[in-house]
Amino acid sequence: MRLLINKIVLGLSTLSALIGIGFLGWILITLFIKGLGSFHFSLFLNDLIDGGLRNLIVGQFILAGIAAAVGIPLGMVAGIYIREYGRGKYAQVIRNLSDIMMSAPSIVIGAFVYAIIVIPTGGTSGFAGAVALSIMMLPIVINTTDNMLSLVPKELREAGIALGASKYKVIIDIVIKAAKVGIMTGILLAFARIIGETAPLLFTSETSNYFSLDLTESFPSLTVSIYDLANEPEESSRDLAWAASFILTVLVLMINLTGRFITRNKKR
Amino acid sequence: MEKIFQKFSLASASLVFVILLGIFLTLFSASKEAIDEFGIGFITNPDWNKEVPIDTKVISKPLVEISADIDDASEEDDDLLADEDEMLFDEDAVSDSITIYGGLVPIVGTLLTTMIALVFALPIAMGIAVFLAEIAPKNVAYPIGIAIELLAAIPSIIFGMWGLYYFAPIIADLVGGYQVSLLSAGLVLGVMILPFMAAITRDSMNTTPDVLKESAYAMGATKFEVIKDIIFPYSKVGIIGSIILALGRALGETMAVAFLIGSIFTLPSKITDPTISIPVAMANNFGEASGLGESSLFYLALILFIISFAIISFAKLYFLRGVK
Repeated sequence: MRLLINKIVLGLSTLSALIGIGFLGWILITLFIKGLGSFHFSLFLNDLIDGGLRNLIVGQFILAGIAAAVGIPLGMVAGIYIREYGRGKYAQVIRNLSDIMMSAPSIVIGAFVYAIIVIPTGGTSGFAGAVALSIMMLPIVINTTDNMLSLVPKELREAGIALGASKYKVIIDIVIKAAKVGIMTGILLAFARIIGETAPLLFTSETSNYFSLDLTESFPSLTVSIYDLANEPEESSRDLAWAASFILTVLVLMINLTGRFITRNKKR
Repeated sequence: MEKIFQKFSLASASLVFVILLGIFLTLFSASKEAIDEFGIGFITNPDWNKEVPIDTKVISKPLVEISADIDDASEEDDDLLADEDEMLFDEDAVSDSITIYGGLVPIVGTLLTTMIALVFALPIAMGIAVFLAEIAPKNVAYPIGIAIELLAAIPSIIFGMWGLYYFAPIIADLVGGYQVSLLSAGLVLGVMILPFMAAITRDSMNTTPDVLKESAYAMGATKFEVIKDIIFPYSKVGIIGSIILALGRALGETMAVAFLIGSIFTLPSKITDPTISIPVAMANNFGEASGLGESSLFYLALILFIISFAIISFAKLYFLRGVK
């Protein structure tokens, strides 16, 4: 009897794993079939107004790129503070708040940026979208940096100090170097996450049918356009949405796998 | 240089605090108009964007407030005047009516979809975690673990599209009712939080010391008994924490739900009815809203922010202290 129960439970557990894999497979296969069916190389050459996706892909990269350029240095330095300089309660409070911020609903961050930037400036803009994404990115980078620095052995720091290096030198030249791979992985994962975000962009950057590099106007966004296209009645719009989803997913998964690959190589 | 760097790092860390405080204050001040107008009764009012004559509105106020109204009747008059001023800018409104907004429908929609998602995802996530931590050999667990984590990396908008065109029709065939419904939104949300929950649960199960497991095996326990009597009690705290974190994530999810919930402001009478959730109400109406409507959306955002802040800090502080 005990053995039977054991078998049943283990079987159910294996089944759950199969269900999980099944969902991943189902989604990926759907994307491949629908996405590849409407995929064409000219999608990369035309803008949305001409039935292509070029402006959207470029726009999404610019938004996420600016967010990364703001979020990574600030997040890393903040993470360094929490782990290396922070003493006592304050660093712990910031650590907890950053964790909470990481799980804050992304649409609420969108609403916040709408209130502080879109309303005062009188309209949606690429700038507002980039700010929203930076706010999303900041806590993820803080969390990664904090965790990775905690893995660096204390002896390394002591050795640096013993050689007469200042604390700042030790952190930049020794601690960060030692944690480099881990931090890079975390940053890649963070980038993969924000490049697929839609909710914080809906009413901050919105999207645009035209190619634009002007951050003061509504800015083309791949994810927001997928949402718009998927809700349109015409078959052709929806096909375009599938192609765009396919490109987005391949991109996100590739960044994600690259990140994992780096860590794995290092472990060996 | 040393000093500058230290000050700069302190400033960046404090930025987290400033932003969170900023979000709270901004949402509060932006929803001030709606808070003043509807008060806490907003939460229990099922009508959204409904025009009512001004008289009805005054009568329908709770008794306490009416007696307060008598005390400072002049203030109430000012309020009414202000309302009428607003009407001048609102084309549809008749001069003796006011549009009222209540948050009950999106709040109920949010809670119900989250509950459905949890009920669906919890057993499967536990199964996956047990499989990865205890059953599968290392060389199987590693790739499957990665696959589960990749599922977590897929953007939510993809879940929404897939759910709408491929998952929801099957659900509707199985249980009847509409394709866009509370149920299909909840289930797709469940698929989304599944990998997240499984990964944290697996990590906390992996913290169980081998010595404990080995001594149980040595006593002749089966694998299931080890899992039930040794691993679960040992990692209970981390598992509960992971459930609460997943809950927080499900509450705030926008895009996947937006495709599937139907986006209508009606209370669902059964599980296959379409309704709306807080994030979806914001996603769909923010662009067009102005005045009191916009302020009411900010009020909803504030409610969502406070709920998720409370839930997540609870999970972090009480359950997930040691688990990373």
